[in-house]
Amino acid sequence: MPIQERRIIYRHIDEPGYTTDIACYQRHGGYEILRKSFQRKPEELVQEVKDSGLKGRGGAGFPTGMKWSFLDYKSGKPIYLICNADESEPGTYKDRQIIYKDPHQLIEGVILSAYAIKAKLAFIYIRGEMFEGARILDKAIEEARAANFLGDNILGSGYSVDVIVHRGAGCYICGEETGLIESLEGKRAYPRIKPPYFPAVLGLYNCPTIVNNVETLCQVKHILDMGGKEFAKIGVPGDSGTHIWGISGHVVRPGYYEIESGKGTVRDLIYDLGGGPPPGRSFKAIIPGGVSMKILRVGEKFKVKLPDGSPGEWGVLDIPLDSGSFTQCGTSLGTSGMIMMDDTTDMVEALANLNAFYAHETCGQCTPCREGSLWLKKITTRVCNGGGRMEDIDLVKNVADQIAGRTICAHGEAAAWPCQSNVPKFRDEWEEKIRTQIQAREHGDGTPAPRKGLRLV
Amino acid sequence: MNLSTKTLEYVDRLIPRYPLKRSAMLMILHAIQEDQGFISKEAMEWTAQKLEVTPMQVYEVVTFYPMFRQAPIGRRHVKVCRTLSCALRGAYKVCDTLQENLACELGHTSADGNFTVEFVECVAACGSAPVVMVDDKLHECITPEKAPDFAAKLKLETNALQPPSRH
Repeated sequence: MPIQERRIIYRHIDEPGYTTDIACYQRHGGYEILRKSFQRKPEELVQEVKDSGLKGRGGAGFPTGMKWSFLDYKSGKPIYLICNADESEPGTYKDRQIIYKDPHQLIEGVILSAYAIKAKLAFIYIRGEMFEGARILDKAIEEARAANFLGDNILGSGYSVDVIVHRGAGCYICGEETGLIESLEGKRAYPRIKPPYFPAVLGLYNCPTIVNNVETLCQVKHILDMGGKEFAKIGVPGDSGTHIWGISGHVVRPGYYEIESGKGTVRDLIYDLGGGPPPGRSFKAIIPGGVSMKILRVGEKFKVKLPDGSPGEWGVLDIPLDSGSFTQCGTSLGTSGMIMMDDTTDMVEALANLNAFYAHETCGQCTPCREGSLWLKKITTRVCNGGGRMEDIDLVKNVADQIAGRTICAHGEAAAWPCQSNVPKFRDEWEEKIRTQIQAREHGDGTPAPRKGLRLV
Repeated sequence: MNLSTKTLEYVDRLIPRYPLKRSAMLMILHAIQEDQGFISKEAMEWTAQKLEVTPMQVYEVVTFYPMFRQAPIGRRHVKVCRTLSCALRGAYKVCDTLQENLACELGHTSADGNFTVEFVECVAACGSAPVVMVDDKLHECITPEKAPDFAAKLKLETNALQPPSRH
């Protein structure tokens, strides 16, 4: 059976005639779930989210209900909810569609979640580059306020909450939840060390805080609509709901596709929906979910446990589209922003492109990440510019190995994983590239070996 | 420093919305930059007073976030995304074309003061790569083939603008 999209979050995205104003949203049933849910106790709503088995959609995949259950209510301090709309993991552009095309869905999700966790105030931290997105959200919030869906004494419930749209200013590290909190406090976005700074205990202004991704908060709305147990039936056990796959890079039809978790494989997604590689080419490599996730080389095989418990083997294209399956293959679906590379791609250039990204985005707080990411950029760029040395191959891997696990936040892993996966999986390409360069230097007229393929750095 | 009445009123409305004044930092700096074109030392001191922090605490924020700048730029700010999805579809070639056709070196401002061309990291629009932002607007699918036309249109549009009023 050909793969089918199941649009829950994206139900109205790109629908002709669907606009961002509240009247249109309400004509499509908007704020009805809020009306119904405000008749219920917050604790019941939290239970629904726990029952749903929803995993966060910001990349780490932490169970949302469990995150909420860590909130420290005993402290008596105000609770804050922050919507992480700092979408900045390269390859990811799913939250942008919601913000720009269906802002009220997000706002309804934010208000529902704020009510469930008894938040005093909610923020939407949106990336600075989304100028128009911030304006759209501001307008939507004013419309929602006028209709008493937010503000004081919402629909006579006695519960009041305001939502503030707060703009970032171009830093990837603000997507890290404790970095985001520091940024929202008006400081440099230096991530905080855990323990003790678990946001649910010591978050914004050292008060209990929940940071959830845009898509996660939208999923909450649908969980409360259908009930947690019903929601848990969508997808596969351990990964309920839908994933919004954003595919980009070398593919005929880049775009976003909402697919029930586990219903379909990488092949279905990138061939049936994505249209396959550009004419005359074939796929060489795939990064499953945002560039920090480990790269997969088309052709490699994985020994896996099939859903029925029996042993099996998958190629890259056979991997089912759910989080557990990607974990079995030594990577992760992350933010589900998949990047395809075809056979014309120089894998060293691709890695150098990413190393330049991490070197630019490290906050500079931890030495291994600050120094390491810069060296990774320098070495891989030098190899791309014709100055490769055979020992660079192990050097890149070695530097990356010394970053991961030695930093305050996961930026260390994010910077290391691409190197740790690219180098061993494409070692043959590295060796061949560097061998050609050495030959050109030693036997040629001094001009470096020409770059092959598209320049990526 | 002469902030417009509109900016001053905005800042005064903004600060009390936050539980702590200092939280308004990024939003105030954005407003100042929009008003003045960049963030001057004087503006940082003014912000510090407004938020009851030291000027150093404002300076360290201005120097950390890539979107903030301490010097004026060209009338149009051209930002080419260079991260992987855009690069795989020719972002580097697009950037070369824009530099050439707008007579502007990467990271600099053109001699006529019209353009500043820069590379930026992923702007979350990978499905329509390559993308270029001009000021606050996103332009999608600017392929190497379309780049010369894009540059030509941008030049026409910029020449038709009123003389710069920002600086």
